[in-house]
Amino acid sequence: MRIAVCVKQVPDTTEIKIDPIKKTLIRTGVPSILNPFDRNAVEMALQLRDTYGGTVTVFSMGLPQARAVIREAIAMGADEGYLVTDRAFGGSDTFATSYILSSALKLKGPFDVILGGQQAVDGDTGQTAPSIAEHLGVTRVTCVLDLKVEGEKCIARRKVEEGVEVVEAKMPVLCTATRESNKPRYATIARKIYSLDCEIPPISKADMPEIDETKIGLTGSPTRVKNTFTPERTANGVYITGNTAAEIAARLLDKLADAKAL
Amino acid sequence: MALLYTEKQKALIELVREMAENEIKPHVKECDEKGFCDPELYHWGFDMGLHMLEVPAEYGGVGLDYATIAMIFEELAKVDAGYAITFVTSFVALRNVILAGTKEQGLQFAKTLAPGKFAAFALTEPNAGSDVGGMKSTAVLDGEEWVINGAKTFITNGSIASIYVIFAKTDVAAGSHGISAFIVPRETEGLSVGAHEDKMGLRLSNTTDLFMDNVRVPKENLLGELGGGFKLAMNALNQSRAFVATMAVGIMQRALDEAVKYAKERKQFGRPIIKFEMVQGLLADMAMRTEACRCLVNNTMRMMDAGIMPQKEGAICKAFVSDCAQQVTSDAVQVFGGYGFIREYPVEKLMRDIKVFQIFEGTNQIQRMTIAGCLDKEYK
Repeated sequence: MRIAVCVKQVPDTTEIKIDPIKKTLIRTGVPSILNPFDRNAVEMALQLRDTYGGTVTVFSMGLPQARAVIREAIAMGADEGYLVTDRAFGGSDTFATSYILSSALKLKGPFDVILGGQQAVDGDTGQTAPSIAEHLGVTRVTCVLDLKVEGEKCIARRKVEEGVEVVEAKMPVLCTATRESNKPRYATIARKIYSLDCEIPPISKADMPEIDETKIGLTGSPTRVKNTFTPERTANGVYITGNTAAEIAARLLDKLADAKAL
Repeated sequence: MALLYTEKQKALIELVREMAENEIKPHVKECDEKGFCDPELYHWGFDMGLHMLEVPAEYGGVGLDYATIAMIFEELAKVDAGYAITFVTSFVALRNVILAGTKEQGLQFAKTLAPGKFAAFALTEPNAGSDVGGMKSTAVLDGEEWVINGAKTFITNGSIASIYVIFAKTDVAAGSHGISAFIVPRETEGLSVGAHEDKMGLRLSNTTDLFMDNVRVPKENLLGELGGGFKLAMNALNQSRAFVATMAVGIMQRALDEAVKYAKERKQFGRPIIKFEMVQGLLADMAMRTEACRCLVNNTMRMMDAGIMPQKEGAICKAFVSDCAQQVTSDAVQVFGGYGFIREYPVEKLMRDIKVFQIFEGTNQIQRMTIAGCLDKEYK
């Protein structure tokens, strides 16, 4: 089985700061890490390989420093990785990024299973991986908790608001992993050493002559960010105090009745 | 920190730190109270391949250099030195096999460890501690097999090892020149282990007696030359002493980390105690000793990487570092004041853990005899 994982390098913070003028993320001075959701996707890929055999190939689009996160995935056990990088790819939104990644996956494919994190902790759009499926014309299953393969199809347990949904999909399939899906493994010392020096070949625009130039980079990106802001807190919680649980409950009931919530 | 680390070393230290902090540290207090390590915790080290770091690449191991291995185990020892020494002890046994064994013996040893197993080194006896030559265990050749009888004590990994290097007299009349070494698999009939010792410190490290009652091993399990066991054990210990010291540095660094953190939080007379000169003196001395010891360990490791047998340097390293470490861990308790004496706080354990470092792998008194013996030979 050939498994691909798309990963992203993100700033190591959940407290993203936004440049008030440019409306973009401030990345300077913030260390970069492998997107935590993607770490779950890598683990999911490695578990599939451990169970069914095959190879795990990692893709990341970004600047040369994004090789660091590909190396991390290789340290965890992925077999190989490619850095999708080109000046022409700069400024790509989720549409363009997913299109470029789908082209790279076609170039090195075909893959039976393509995995990605449910979302990245910087942009939080959750669009890129599902859009790759759209560009490739393959089945897409998001928010996957675990994945099994039976012959030509795979069976995924999905996290949905009401609970867990079990779906069956014909391969090739693209799945996105949730944070709850697994506990990503640590690298072994031996694999970590290997990952630090192993070759991670680049894939540039020139490697993908079929690519549609109107769908890449800033000009190929339909998204326009009009404004980015930290929402202001408009309501504060209320602490209800009292001497006994019954007293507190009674006050809560009164407040709920006043608010016409009952 | 005083050492200049390579990018590779930094990455490996970071990796081990993350695992140890997340997976081992939360269980250390409970294991220390119980007096043994939960066996489920071992897999974290095995999964990372810590048990194969020193196994040469030709035997399927990582074959990492001593200097880097020491940094990894220092990091692990910061979280718990008993857990770290469980892995390091396999290498104490392994070093005998590397120094004197055949390729087949090396492969046998490596193959036993590879799936996630430990080894043990069985030299000490109830009445033969510093006086190794006084050991009573015997090995007699009977046809194609050696028959080993006797008892060993204070054997690290005694009841969790899958393979042992056991020393016994093959010539009772010849003193230390009558000692030979043998490779003995755990499942060998007649080999049994005693109860795990209830120790003052290093309580996550397994320590038991070992009994050999007509233990029969094939003739080819003799390790090295007949009668060469004493020299072999001493050489293996020369190398092992610097590793003991690296774990002592881990304990010292932990003591320093905890003490500085506490001194910045704890307020007396309206300000954090780190602002008082007397406390500053304690912390600065702790830092000086820790840094100096780390450099000493690193230098000894680099000598070993260069192929030098560090007889004097290993002894200097072990004795100096473990003596400094007594002071540093005691000072950490001092910085914590009354709270340092309370088990709820992290520093009393460090004091308990460090004591044995002045005793095992040759007492610090024996180390000084070794150092002086070397000096006597050097200044001819």
